[in-house]
Amino acid sequence: MNVRSLPVEQLVEMSAAGDRRATGRLLTIVERGGPDADHITELTHAFSSRARVVGITGAPGAGKSTLVARLIAGLVADGEHPAVLAVDPSSPLTGGAILGDRVRMSEVESVAFIRSVATRGHAGGLALAIPGGTRVLAAAGFDPIVIETVGVGQVEVDITAAADTTVVVVTPGMGDAVQANKAGLLEVADVFVVNKADRPGADDTRRDLELMLELSHVTGQEDATYRPPIMMTNSLDGSGVGAVAAAISAHRLHLVESGMLADRHERRARFEVATRIQARLDITVQEALAGDDSMSLIRAVAAGQVAPTTAALSIFPFSPVL
Amino acid sequence: MSDRHIRVVLAKLGLDGHDRGIKVVARILRDAGMEVIYLGLRQTTDSIVAAAEQEDADVIGLSMHNAGHLTLGPAMLAALREAELDVPVVIGGIVPDADIDELLASGVAAVLGPGAPADEVVTTVRRVVQGE
Ligand SMILES: Nc1nc2c(ncn2[C@@H]2O[C@H](COP(=O)(O)OP(=O)(O)O)[C@@H](O)[C@H]2O)c(=O)[nH]1
Ligand SMILES: [Mg+2]
Repeated sequence: MNVRSLPVEQLVEMSAAGDRRATGRLLTIVERGGPDADHITELTHAFSSRARVVGITGAPGAGKSTLVARLIAGLVADGEHPAVLAVDPSSPLTGGAILGDRVRMSEVESVAFIRSVATRGHAGGLALAIPGGTRVLAAAGFDPIVIETVGVGQVEVDITAAADTTVVVVTPGMGDAVQANKAGLLEVADVFVVNKADRPGADDTRRDLELMLELSHVTGQEDATYRPPIMMTNSLDGSGVGAVAAAISAHRLHLVESGMLADRHERRARFEVATRIQARLDITVQEALAGDDSMSLIRAVAAGQVAPTTAALSIFPFSPVL
Repeated sequence: MSDRHIRVVLAKLGLDGHDRGIKVVARILRDAGMEVIYLGLRQTTDSIVAAAEQEDADVIGLSMHNAGHLTLGPAMLAALREAELDVPVVIGGIVPDADIDELLASGVAAVLGPGAPADEVVTTVRRVVQGE
């Protein structure tokens, strides 16, 4: 049977009953966006905060996929049903992508659900595809859902920050910790992992992180009752990975006990709703700019005859109530 | 629709450790705007079926250099039928001319030789996906 010809209602039912082809198909539709994707979102929205969501981020080559494979194997051994959304960049030139995360995850690919996601260039698309995909997986019975992203770019940081627990992976040397700081990842980290701890310089990296955490505490960021732990791992032989899993669980317990889990869920919901509103505004703006009157105003601005402030107000006279 | 990227699951089926050719093919397909889900070496029919389901593959590309294509090719098709997965399979690698017809007759959608130029690789994959 070819699941591609089936209506989304039926795919959602089949997916909930464990049909992996249906789950895979739903993810494709959600990723593409449009009316069918919105329909799936309406059919699965009750699962928005149902599954635990763990974000894993860090520079390319830091060992995220290798670490994820180890974490997934541990979860499966504990009787859990995890899934992974592994995000990698699309080529800006051709729109194509080589998605290689499964290479590191081959040992768990038949016991967990792994989906490779290309960024496809447009930020708004990914910002909707990830929460939409997370819901599809939750509705299919998967929990937790692990999202692997390369932590560059605001949207990726936002997506990662929208997880219940965010794990930031750095490696010894190359100023990884400093880079993570610059990318804004330090503020969003709930758990730090210094991976490749078998390599020289791991302790220095740990100290760098401690120092930066110390500073952010002084400046009074985030939650005074929780301090992100720094874990050392070798994902090749698995040492330290059990402790990472324990740190993720401990962070979740902290969220539950402090009542902050609801805040995380709301943060995620706000991000998604805001992205949808933003997408509609973008279309409205493009439409407003496309008319003949707008074109001549824009030309007049370019020629120095009209001020851009005047043109903007004239093309789009709606303003927020001040 | 602009977002309709062809998704290709690309794998080496069987035991040989030769991955130069498959990496070249991965880049050719990426440069043609496709999303290549690269599985790498030493895959089994089961791991390829799992990947094709989870990734909602439009097409499966198998690279073979171990002369096992006459058994592995049909084994792949049987595993897909078993999983009720309707995805075309393209085989690339060193396949003697005499075996190509047999593979096509067994249900393999297309066979590409080791020297196939980039545009032939791309048009073959596109044709196979459309003819699905
Ligand atoms: N020495 C060492 N190498 C590792 C470790 N973890 C991963 N690697 C290697 O680092 C490379 C990149 O790993 P990968 O998981 O693909 O990184 P990602 O790009 O962050 O997902 C691979 O060659 C891995 O085998 C580790 O703990 N120690
Ligand atoms: Mg990776």
